[in-house]
Amino acid sequence: MKGFPTKQENEQIEVQLLLEAIYQKHGYDFRNYSRAHIMRRLSHRLKVSGFKTYLEMIEAVLYNPSYFDHLLADLSINVTEMFRDPGFYKLLREKVVPVLRTYPYLKIWHAGCASGEEVYSMAILLKEEGLFDRTQIYATDFNQNVLQRAKDGIYASKFMKEYERNYEDAGGGKSLNDYFTTKYDSSIVDQSLKKNIVFSDHNLVLDGVFGEMNLIMCRNVLIYFDKQLQNRVVKLFLDSLSNGGTLCLGSKESLKFTHYANFFETFDEKQRIYRKNYQA
Amino acid sequence: MSVICKSLPVSFRLPIIVVQHMSARYENYLTVILQKQTKLKVKEVDEKEVVRKGIIYIAPPNYHLLLEGDKTFSLSVDEHVCFSRPSVDVLFETAASVYRDKLIGIILTGANKDGAEGLRSIKESGGLTIVQNPKTADVANMPTAAIERAHPDYILNIDEIGPLLSKINSY
Repeated sequence: MKGFPTKQENEQIEVQLLLEAIYQKHGYDFRNYSRAHIMRRLSHRLKVSGFKTYLEMIEAVLYNPSYFDHLLADLSINVTEMFRDPGFYKLLREKVVPVLRTYPYLKIWHAGCASGEEVYSMAILLKEEGLFDRTQIYATDFNQNVLQRAKDGIYASKFMKEYERNYEDAGGGKSLNDYFTTKYDSSIVDQSLKKNIVFSDHNLVLDGVFGEMNLIMCRNVLIYFDKQLQNRVVKLFLDSLSNGGTLCLGSKESLKFTHYANFFETFDEKQRIYRKNYQA
Repeated sequence: MSVICKSLPVSFRLPIIVVQHMSARYENYLTVILQKQTKLKVKEVDEKEVVRKGIIYIAPPNYHLLLEGDKTFSLSVDEHVCFSRPSVDVLFETAASVYRDKLIGIILTGANKDGAEGLRSIKESGGLTIVQNPKTADVANMPTAAIERAHPDYILNIDEIGPLLSKINSY
């Protein structure tokens, strides 16, 4: 017979129940996210809420309609920047763009686009390479608030200096500021860049295939998922890519431990760019 | 770190996980330097990798390193903690909740307070805590903060740490 559970064991049970409650009540599924990551976020929210146990948080999630908004914001923070990992964008420009150029029409999916910085980075890169007009970009995220911020394309001017450096390191020949209008503390993305971008609600954990894409960008999202969920999402990407389509992951992410590694060839190991093998 | 690595025997089995604050622009630098000091394998962590004996793991730059309940590594790009990413606090706190009293936390020279809270977590979870003597460290801020916050079990000079680890390893 099992001994009496320790405090830590009880806490794990409560957290499991909390994630189940969130799923059943609000429809968001965090049950297969990296548990260490979830615990950091939850323990922060626990302190801020002044709760002693996660049981109190379950109560709030179920009975306090506005409480979940805070929790959702906590659980879906994604820190991003324009031209993040400039080396990646440089390689994209030099090695992947020539491949994309052979297609008359392009469909690109940014899965988990957060507040949109990387979407606009891609738009700028495509524009400079003369590919923007033939491209339809789909930018999706499951968090409505963050998706709205992406649609707005308004960023704090204080970051623009760093973003400008990233842009240059990524091989940009103009100035990043050319694509923005700065008013006081805010820099607003040019309307012209939004023309071929559709922002839409999509949840990688729950939703299905997104159509036949030439390129899928999903950088630093998979790290938050456990192995089981990573497999689900990689399969989703595999099914959403056209033959020879390109999948771009974050600089420390890999297909190596997933079940689907053999369906891809490694296009660039260092920058984590993969291409879907041709299937009959 | 070099001093410690050099002094560890080839039979050292305990996995070592290293977080060092450094710019993302210096890729591989630490891994290459440390590998020259030891016959133990030195490698940068791969996402979802299982923690194995006898390996010295280096946290990749610009990501937080976390430990999961199933003894695998997770990465995160959350906000900086104590102005740092990777943050020592993040690694130590997650490691403490996974390994509890089967963990040794070591704080060496450093310029900010990152790691002080994390070392306290390790101590509270029953682990062993060691801090480099601030008087002989290159930069005293980090060890001093750690001593103040965590009341470590040992305060040692850099050349005393390796031998202590070797002794523990032989138990």
